[in-house]
Amino acid sequence: MSVRAGASVTVRRPGPRRLAATVWPIVLSLAVFVVVWQVVIVVSGFPPFVLPGPLTVLQRFVKAWADGTMWPHFSTTLIEVLLGFALGSTVALIVGVGLARSRLAERLLSPYLVAAQATPVLALAPLIALWFGTGLFSKLVICTLIVFFPVAVATMVGIRSVDKRLLEMARSFRASGWQIVTRIEVPGALPAILGGLRVGITLAVIGAIVGEWAGGDTGLGILINIARASLFDTPLMFATLMTLALMGISLYLVMIAIERRLVGER
Amino acid sequence: MDPLEQPETAGPSHADVRPNAPVQGADVRADHVSLSFRGVRPAHVLDAVSLSIRPREVVALIGPNGCGKSTLLRVLGGLIPADAGHVLIDGDPVTGPDPRVGVVFQEPRLLPWLTAEENVRFPMRLAGWPKAQQAARASDLLGLVGLREHASARPGTLSGGTRQRVAIARALALQPSLLLLDEPFSALDALTRERFNAELLRLWERTGTSIVLVTHSIPEAIFLADRVVVLSPRPARVLAEITVDLPRPRRLTDLDSAVVSSLAADVRSHLVDTTDDAIAMEEARLAIPAGLPLGGAPARRHAETEPGTPAWFDPFRPEDPQ
Repeated sequence: MSVRAGASVTVRRPGPRRLAATVWPIVLSLAVFVVVWQVVIVVSGFPPFVLPGPLTVLQRFVKAWADGTMWPHFSTTLIEVLLGFALGSTVALIVGVGLARSRLAERLLSPYLVAAQATPVLALAPLIALWFGTGLFSKLVICTLIVFFPVAVATMVGIRSVDKRLLEMARSFRASGWQIVTRIEVPGALPAILGGLRVGITLAVIGAIVGEWAGGDTGLGILINIARASLFDTPLMFATLMTLALMGISLYLVMIAIERRLVGER
Repeated sequence: MDPLEQPETAGPSHADVRPNAPVQGADVRADHVSLSFRGVRPAHVLDAVSLSIRPREVVALIGPNGCGKSTLLRVLGGLIPADAGHVLIDGDPVTGPDPRVGVVFQEPRLLPWLTAEENVRFPMRLAGWPKAQQAARASDLLGLVGLREHASARPGTLSGGTRQRVAIARALALQPSLLLLDEPFSALDALTRERFNAELLRLWERTGTSIVLVTHSIPEAIFLADRVVVLSPRPARVLAEITVDLPRPRRLTDLDSAVVSSLAADVRSHLVDTTDDAIAMEEARLAIPAGLPLGGAPARRHAETEPGTPAWFDPFRPEDPQ
């Protein structure tokens, strides 16, 4: 048994060769991207305030982090994203479970859910800023709105697709309604729910930026506006975009890692 | 009263539960149980079925496909409420899923995200047992079904038979006095199935529960049961109750005796006019010992009386010299 356990561990953890095999295409595509970028600069002769070169952007990125320009904006946006995602996915999970268990609830609520999803959050943002001010709370509302739909639908579909025979089995051991939700339905729907959360975390970043554009004084979205409108610092805009992209990618990877950890063994 | 000194009868008192401790087998009485399904395809399923199971008795329910055997089993376990009539276990009415009952379904129905051991602990977790007792009981049960070395394996990595053993251990977790088995080994191949039946009897001897078993197989019913109850096609009524007076402990070789074949013929005589293909198939597939004239004859008669039955349907044809 211990031999088998050891074997399965070595299979799961990629060795240096496999790691290299997964890493080199990423490095290659990055390198191609940077080279093409540089070539475009050289060939077109765009001035730096329209399209700065990769090296300029990298220098500005390092400088903005080193001199403390980036940090307050970054931390504000990160907090908005994390709290908004947590709030939105919590509400979505609860509503999703309710929708899955009651056809009536689904019929009553689904028109509003679809309408809320079909209306662009960008168009709702000014209204939300009007109602809830330009502080953290209005950003959380926007994040919640945007995260809600994919997570709620994934939860509902996931729970609906849990094997009904497992529910009967749990009932035969006198599981309460709450135990059926927490011990059978949610664990059974977990792969689907995590898929929804994976979509949700990237949408939460969008929600935070949209919220900042509707009103606010710090955040990466604000920094983009400052860099463009008052500083004419296009390299800083690019450095901010880079920060945003890195934040989105990191959060996504964290979600994947959580997913692996929770359902990887199934 | 000292809370630690609860009498044994006080429900699932789990303080001193051991798999080897003899349980008082349940005395089950079903009294004129009737049931109809409403909805899109309404059906009258059970028609005033009465049954009684003595403590430690093994009763096999046999009948044509879709006759309501499994439904009757669920009514006995309180998973489906009856429209009329009632079920009593040790004199107390069954009103819902009952703590005195353990159910093994046709499929293992294990939770794929839990290990074998965690699956066995599942009923104890639902019942809120302390962790240490869960672990001890689960380890005992896994030992009982011979799976201690698979405790940390996930169901996905286990074979169908092994999974069903885990399911049996799980059904025994709360020390039920009545075990309900819904065609538990029907997914297994014939040889494995025989072995599992022998194991089931060994387990029953060590746990001492009453057992109600749904099966399609006459040899299986006779091998396991003290009494075989033959049900009619829908709506199910009790057509016959055949007492199996074979000594225990039983062995697989007992199936070759003449007593068994005359019992099988008796059971089959009640089933013959039910025109059910599945039974004929089952009979053919399962070990009716070769060389016994009683074994094949009724099944063949059955196939012959079916007009338009394709030739390949008759499973005895290839070996039949006549």
